[in-house]
Amino acid sequence: MLIRIDPQSAEPIFEQIVFQVKGSIARGDLSQGDKLPSVRELAKEVAVNPNTVIRAYEALEKDGVVVRRQGAGCFVLGRANVLKDGERRRQLDSLLKRTLTEAFHLGFRADEIRKALEKGMKGLRFDKEER
Amino acid sequence: MSRPIVFDNVYRHFGELDVLRGLTFDVRPGEVFALLGRNGSGKTTALRILLGFLAPMRGTARILGVDSQAIAPVDRDRIGYISEGHRLYASMRVKDAVSFESDTRPRFRRSYAEAAIKRCGLPIDKHIGLLSRGQRAQLSLIFAVAAEPEVVIFDDPAMGLDVVMRREFLDAMIDLLSDQGCSVLFSSHILTDVERIADRVGILDQGRLVVDATMVDLRKRVQKRHWNRDGEMGRIPPTVDGLLRARPRRQGFDLTLLDFDGEREAALLNGSATLSDPAVPTLEELFLDITTRNDKTESLLRNRESQ
Repeated sequence: MLIRIDPQSAEPIFEQIVFQVKGSIARGDLSQGDKLPSVRELAKEVAVNPNTVIRAYEALEKDGVVVRRQGAGCFVLGRANVLKDGERRRQLDSLLKRTLTEAFHLGFRADEIRKALEKGMKGLRFDKEER
Repeated sequence: MSRPIVFDNVYRHFGELDVLRGLTFDVRPGEVFALLGRNGSGKTTALRILLGFLAPMRGTARILGVDSQAIAPVDRDRIGYISEGHRLYASMRVKDAVSFESDTRPRFRRSYAEAAIKRCGLPIDKHIGLLSRGQRAQLSLIFAVAAEPEVVIFDDPAMGLDVVMRREFLDAMIDLLSDQGCSVLFSSHILTDVERIADRVGILDQGRLVVDATMVDLRKRVQKRHWNRDGEMGRIPPTVDGLLRARPRRQGFDLTLLDFDGEREAALLNGSATLSDPAVPTLEELFLDITTRNDKTESLLRNRESQ
């Protein structure tokens, strides 16, 4: 798992770490049961405050993506699945609405957007593991 | 657990020169707090008051619950300190300095220091005066943390270090934080390092803190926008709460805004002004916006207020 952060980005560093771990899982670079680097290892690797890594791991745990075991480390559970179906649906709709609105204003046609969506999904492991 | 470092309305002047004028902030347990400010803004004075090397004229500073003017020798070793320039005895060999520290400080862990010196590859038989700046910085960090301090205070630890040495120093600092979770107060000029390592940032200007916010908050709460208006309503932005700086450009102003909301936006747009999309400033941009005076803007804004 390669994690790179941009300290000058508008996105807080802990959120960058959260998103990149989620990305690694979605692409299949990390699978269920894999161990994440220790707080110290990751903090040194990307040269950030260990508090920030702890915060990222806590956020991942809250999302149900990893589980932290005292003394043993942080392990991948799989896809985030802590939300109720209605709430999952609502969040998906809101994400899509935002993306589609921006795509509309970038001047894309419906078939182009569908194609891009298909292509983007191919890079991720949507169908390779059941929920 | 109480706050390990507290500044409460601290004043200090040297002769006619006011350096600190009501400095107030605190550092929470386990937090890394970066104190920023231009040269001469009073960072070093604040840290020296906190360590009891200087007395405040008014107000109090407390460290580990103790008034900074009454730190007992037994409490000294609970505090790690690295000064600008890393003061060490140049005539001692590295190994003599280890013995000296070990003999004079009860909590000093000799085995820890020796292992750390080995890990950093510092030459144990060399005179300290012959070490490179980066090596001296590493040695002072090792000495500062070898007694397992509960708080660590660094006065511009990266000064004079090149990129590689700074990264090594940062590495040692991350180790320290992972091991001990101690609270850190440090001053620095290297803002990209601050962005990486600080939980919270304070910007010192004119003797007091003008910004005291977590790095996460800074990214969420501060934004820059370009403001422009032609015509009879005037070409100067109206005063709204949260306007940290307005810098004149060839046309209009670049505004730095804190906690901007719809109400403030409406106030700025009043009278057919235009406002660009928001951009998030880097720490360096924010620092420049806050600490550099622009006399032209100031007098423009002042004149309007007096009208």
